Amino acid sequence: MFSHARIEKNSILLTVLTLIVVSIGGLVEIAPLFYLESTIEKVKGMRPYTPLELKGRNIYIREGCYNCHSQMVRSLRDEVERYGHYSLAAESMYDHPFQWGSKRTGPDLARVGGRYSDDWHVAHMNDPRSVVPESIMPGYPFLAETPLRIDQVADHMAANRTVGVPYTDEMIENAQADIKGQLDPFSDEVDGFLERYPNAISRDFDGNPEMVSELDALIAYMQMLGTLVDFDAYKPEENLR
Amino acid sequence: MAGQPDVDEFSGTETTGHEWDGIKELNNPLPRWWLYTFYICILWSIGYWIVMPAWPLINSHTKGLIGHSDRASVARSIEEAKAAQGALASRIAETELDQVSADPELLSFALAGGRSAFAVNCSQCHGLGAAGSRGYPNLNDDDWIWGGTVADIHQTILYGIRSEHDESRQNDMPAFLNDEILTREQVDDVVEYVLSLTARAEDDAAAARGAEIYAEQCVACHQEGGVGDRELGAPNLADQIWLYGGERPDLVETVSASRRGVMPPWIDRLDSATLKKLAVYVHSLGGGE
Repeated sequence: MFSHARIEKNSILLTVLTLIVVSIGGLVEIAPLFYLESTIEKVKGMRPYTPLELKGRNIYIREGCYNCHSQMVRSLRDEVERYGHYSLAAESMYDHPFQWGSKRTGPDLARVGGRYSDDWHVAHMNDPRSVVPESIMPGYPFLAETPLRIDQVADHMAANRTVGVPYTDEMIENAQADIKGQLDPFSDEVDGFLERYPNAISRDFDGNPEMVSELDALIAYMQMLGTLVDFDAYKPEENLR
Repeated sequence: MAGQPDVDEFSGTETTGHEWDGIKELNNPLPRWWLYTFYICILWSIGYWIVMPAWPLINSHTKGLIGHSDRASVARSIEEAKAAQGALASRIAETELDQVSADPELLSFALAGGRSAFAVNCSQCHGLGAAGSRGYPNLNDDDWIWGGTVADIHQTILYGIRSEHDESRQNDMPAFLNDEILTREQVDDVVEYVLSLTARAEDDAAAARGAEIYAEQCVACHQEGGVGDRELGAPNLADQIWLYGGERPDLVETVSASRRGVMPPWIDRLDSATLKKLAVYVHSLGGGE
């Protein structure tokens, strides 16, 4: 029945048996991650991306930043000393898709938030070598000149909600107002925005208050990366893996 | 195929029985060394399952005989690295900041640690040699905006400048043209006056008009004669060292729109010993007071 010669010559049988073998591997390796409580640490501070950060994340993916930048600090001494606390599973639980990556032509960005000023990011995206002479990163000067499309942001959030990101109806309804609120700390929208996204930052990110640009969104995203988890409340000894 | 295996007449080896236009595939056995390596790998994996964390269970997973944990081992290796620095690591933690340079052994430890922390955390803005660039101060010279003692430098590193931290160094030069405090002509005049401080004025009448505006609008922070005030973080305008360029168009831009550069706070990102080392290192670069 299952002799090599027979399986090799019968494509349907080969397909079925291959599927069975691969499914066993998948069930054992993948399924437990969905039911084991220890997969994602219980942490304080994680919240879904603000609409502006979510747009910035989409630009990050669109421009292929992940081709050169990972977003996962490995639990190795050199990485922890260079980038900060190793990444937790909880920190990417709202990422669809995650940006962990394994290729680092550039540095890891999991904890880049707050490391540089907004001005630095503006200069660096415009021409990386203006601030880091040895950089081989291409410039993205068009981001500052490209208006951000915000008409579909509520749909992006709704799509994320269907895969488990806890956006509320209120968040989705106020998506466009929250973009205004995040970019202008003196606007009428900022109070509602900060209520919905408690530890978010409100300011004009690209230094040009006249326009909501793609650069605003990208910098807003990068400036929050790795800053949400409250590590004072985190107990590493309870989360050993 | 059943029954008699097909044997290749030249090599005397069995074939697989497959034939393509008269070409047959020999069915040589796998090389022994390869086969045994494969079996050893299988055995090894069984041992690995037992020794290391491996199988998912209902509520947890098998922990393995040696109880290995990546997260525990990184914590351990960081501890070991600290221990390898020996007494110096604890000594720098206990020593007051201004006493570090008094102890030659501690000083060289701080400088080595500070240099590597600077390369990782500071060089992206201030440059590898700390020479700075437009918008990012040169740390090698003795022109300090917020003060150049080791305590001043430490304070700046800890809390940043115009950062989100509550203790941050803060000031806010108005955008004199954009906020409609001055007209375009008045901005040109005051720039002419500022240029005169470094003997570069071309229009003495304009500089004189500018001096009056300066006395009203600028002197409270930048002081008489443009010497600046470190308490307020007001740069010296008379020393030919410029953070955002000192040519006429640069100065017009600065007065018109203000600059408001930001340095992030490092107190929550680096440990206190590293922050001390950085302050001592930057202080040592040439301009320390």
